[in-house]
Amino acid sequence: MSDVAERVKKIVVNYLNVDEGKVTLEASFIDDLGADSLDTVELVMAFEEEFGVEIPDDAAESIQTVGDAVAFITKQQAA
Amino acid sequence: MAASGRRVVVTGLGLLTPLACGVEETWSKLLAGESGLGPITRFDASDLPCRIAGELKKGPTAEGGFTPEDWVEAKELRRVDDFIVYALVAAAQAVRDAGWEAPSEAEKLRTGVLIGSGIGGLPSIEKATLDLYEKGPRKISPFFIPGSLINLCSGQVAIKYGYKGPNHAVVTACSTGAHAIGDAARLIQRGEADVMVAGGAEGAICRLGIAGFVACKALSTGFNDEPSRGSRPYDKDRDGFVMGEGAGVVVLEDYEHAKARGAKIYAEVKGYGLSGDAYHVTSPAPDGNGGFRSMSAALADAGLTPADLDYINAHGTSTPMGDEIELGAVQRLLGDHAAKASMSSTKSSIGHLLGAAGAVEAVFCALAIRDQIAPPTLNLENPSVETPLDLVPLKARKREIRVALSNSFGFGGTNASLVLTQV
Repeated sequence: MSDVAERVKKIVVNYLNVDEGKVTLEASFIDDLGADSLDTVELVMAFEEEFGVEIPDDAAESIQTVGDAVAFITKQQAA
Repeated sequence: MAASGRRVVVTGLGLLTPLACGVEETWSKLLAGESGLGPITRFDASDLPCRIAGELKKGPTAEGGFTPEDWVEAKELRRVDDFIVYALVAAAQAVRDAGWEAPSEAEKLRTGVLIGSGIGGLPSIEKATLDLYEKGPRKISPFFIPGSLINLCSGQVAIKYGYKGPNHAVVTACSTGAHAIGDAARLIQRGEADVMVAGGAEGAICRLGIAGFVACKALSTGFNDEPSRGSRPYDKDRDGFVMGEGAGVVVLEDYEHAKARGAKIYAEVKGYGLSGDAYHVTSPAPDGNGGFRSMSAALADAGLTPADLDYINAHGTSTPMGDEIELGAVQRLLGDHAAKASMSSTKSSIGHLLGAAGAVEAVFCALAIRDQIAPPTLNLENPSVETPLDLVPLKARKREIRVALSNSFGFGGTNASLVLTQV
């Protein structure tokens, strides 16, 4: 996993209180990791804080999996 | 409650106070005359005229210290304000004590929760407001609102244990805890639930909370160098209350229900009285009529007379005016019997827990009945007025206690009295 992926994974494990092994790039926050709508808002805020990026609401809605988050953040950082 | 309906008894106790985390741990320190008050350490209080409070003591759970992680999941801890954590801790103790952690599905439908708070999530509101103005609205956590709403004490306890009966909350300033227990008892009395988890929680020791109460002229400001002497109800040198934090929770139960399952019974909630001052936002009516009427109503509800009272846990916050007004009302109520009763203010030891105070003090009344001992009024060195009442100065007193009454009076002129009796 890339550096961004490692840091995203750490946040997900910490905020959702799930086993590290479950946090794969394919894992869906809601379907696989037990997040609810409030959890996902909190996660997006945590990603913004960690990576110093802004994730607008419409983009946040398209981030369904750990991989989606990693891809979005990587793209933002490259921009 | 004699008037009608079912009898209600106390079958579980939970306490988190500035003295300790735990019922027996708090009670033994209270009886030993220990103080839970100290300098404010949680934030810089150097520019405040009151720099003392009763903060919870962090430490190993096994030694009576407070370790939040032992009670509430780390993920949840981050998402709720302190007062909700405190409610969960005291509720966990009470529910375990009552043996009601895992009732059947049918029993869960008949179990409710009624835990209140006077102020609620003030520390969260303070922090979120700063974030809002410094970082913008996108930095407000989705858990800010559900983590600071007062009724989320009851909500969180119900979610944790699956209690699906009445889910309710009281907000009546410093009368909250007493109103919560009284109202919960009535729900059982009327048959709307068989078991109620009831009480109060407060965690308002933050800069905004202290600054606000200082502005009301309610806090002690003359004992910053001697915190344990700051709360001194009835003493001539008292100059305001000292804020405490924590929670008190009881398990209330229909008497027949408790008997049928062989539950341990601490006391009966025999009477509950309420009244309003209709006088002033912060000051009690000078003639003490509000307190007099709530005490009278509680005794009438219990089918008892003033001469039956053995012990009174006073509201007694250590404010110059309030203490003597309450004392006057109690003396008028008791008449000649005043010389035979004992009345103490346990706020002298733990400070004023605001919305949790009435619940914590109801727990103390249940324990006073169990152990036949009146907890002391610390720092009562020179009473400001003469009284035939035994104010239990400085040291706990062994005595017969069959009937105990607890008073709670709140801002806005809201009064509640509970009568607990030996079963």
